[in-house]
Amino acid sequence: MSDILVVAGLTLREAVRRRLAWALLFLTVLVVVVTGWGFDRFVQLARSDGVAETQLRLGVSQLLIMVAFMFSFVLAMIAVVFGAPSVAGDVESGVSLALLARPLRRSGLVVGKWLGLMVIVIAYAVLSGSMEIAACAWITGWVPPQPVTAVLYLAGEGAVLLTFALALSTRLSMITGGAIAVVLFGLAWVIGLLGRFAALFGVESLQQAAAVSQRLLPSDTFWIGATASLEPTSSQLAQAGIAGPIATGRFSPFEVAGPPAPAELGWALAWIALVLLLAVLLFERREI
Amino acid sequence: MSERSSEGPPGVPGTDAAIRTVGLSKRYGHTIALDGLDLEVPRGEVFGFLGPNGAGKTTAVKLLLGLAYPASGQGWLLGAPLGDRRARLHVGYLPELFRYQPWLTAREVLGLHCRLAALDRARWAEAVDSALAAVGLADRGDDRVGGFSKGMQQRLGLGVALLGPPDLVILDEPTSALDPVGRQDVRRIIRELRDRGTTVFLNSHLLTEVERVCDRVAVVDHGRVVATGTLPELLGGSTVALRATGLSADTIAGLGRFGRVRLDGDRLEVEGIAPDEVPDLVAEVVRLGARVHAVEPLQQTLEDRFLALVGREPAA
Repeated sequence: MSDILVVAGLTLREAVRRRLAWALLFLTVLVVVVTGWGFDRFVQLARSDGVAETQLRLGVSQLLIMVAFMFSFVLAMIAVVFGAPSVAGDVESGVSLALLARPLRRSGLVVGKWLGLMVIVIAYAVLSGSMEIAACAWITGWVPPQPVTAVLYLAGEGAVLLTFALALSTRLSMITGGAIAVVLFGLAWVIGLLGRFAALFGVESLQQAAAVSQRLLPSDTFWIGATASLEPTSSQLAQAGIAGPIATGRFSPFEVAGPPAPAELGWALAWIALVLLLAVLLFERREI
Repeated sequence: MSERSSEGPPGVPGTDAAIRTVGLSKRYGHTIALDGLDLEVPRGEVFGFLGPNGAGKTTAVKLLLGLAYPASGQGWLLGAPLGDRRARLHVGYLPELFRYQPWLTAREVLGLHCRLAALDRARWAEAVDSALAAVGLADRGDDRVGGFSKGMQQRLGLGVALLGPPDLVILDEPTSALDPVGRQDVRRIIRELRDRGTTVFLNSHLLTEVERVCDRVAVVDHGRVVATGTLPELLGGSTVALRATGLSADTIAGLGRFGRVRLDGDRLEVEGIAPDEVPDLVAEVVRLGARVHAVEPLQQTLEDRFLALVGREPAA
């Protein structure tokens, strides 16, 4: 445990020293200000056109989901950028030579790096997601049904990508590991999207492919959870005079039928633990 | 000196030796990096580990420290089998190609290694100050490593290797980036370590440095030890040449007790003579009726011996 905490502490100190933490904070504020300005313009325009408040909030909810989608993509990229060089970078630069010649457990190095980076990714997801939702609520009056859950699901997506990229970095160079993580994340997202299209048109084989993809790289599980937590509830839709398609998940492939099943969520969390374990095992036999 | 035979030493753990390996082998694909390395480094000595590029020196160090894994063979570090983490608590290591976290200060790097080496926290400050002073970085302790020159990084690496203090220090090319002052400092530090009873395992291409500080040397080539011993053993004693007139093959027969004798005209060479016997040799030659015009010691250098051992004769 001591090894893990030493390496995690070192990783966090690096984030602060390299001004990474400050850069993320600045970018968070920038994104919130720009999107907040966009929300404000949208609301002003709609109100001047006499759109009903319930209808207006429904529109804002869709805008917020779009912003969340953009944010989830950025978060995934950040997680890959953190994870891909995490172990490989130290091995390539020679930093790990001096560290591992000490009685430091290799598992301590891998799990410590993971823990330190996970704190940064989750902190960024929670801070940035919360500020965005808070800004939206303050400017438009719309509060999604489960804001906390939505933020946690977004953080989960970052956790999947970070763990995956870190596992790749125990054996592959940072460029190779990063490229693989980005492409497979994109592929998983596209297959998940096609799966929701398939559900719309009843194409079973494509739905099964999406389900398999979701098991192999469960980033989409968390995105589905985040979307479900941001979508208006049935009663909110009814208030706005909308019933049916959007509430049943068949309105659009970007809408979801509901949060992931407990088994799916359980598998996604177990996947993170298993991939971390695999990363430790891979690094145990790596020659420095 | 013991030239390496095809059979390794007996396969019993060398609990007394600082380092002992028996038949240690390592392959990288089709390349054989180590081919049955047998090595014994006595405690408290400065041991030079020599070999041409690609001979397997750095691979051997990595196997000793658990950074890579042998294909076959065994080894012990401070009496513990290779891979034992506790043994590494007492080992200081300066890698050949390395980098410390550039965003840490020199003092923080040393503090980190105090922690990794499980030093008493109460001793950290003193250990860090002492290491910085020993390597000439006392006034740069609070500077970030990222701004250090290669030579300063190497000094810091040496300081990290001194923390503990360790029972065994492994230095892989410790002077490759240092100026003459830095090299002199390294020699001083190595001598101080020996005076404290610390074993030093010095992997270096700089044969003159090895010659100056090492008690014992092993020459490795193609992954095998081709010769090992103390420096006098390895260099095979000295040779002295005399320019003398009035000698013949008959009169020099009695000089055989000084060493192997060869007469070529008025040049007499005695190989393997002890340095303190040279005056006796000269007196004996004069007693035999010869006139001595010059006495020239012909000391074989480590470089000559090294080149001969690895199959590249020294240039004329």
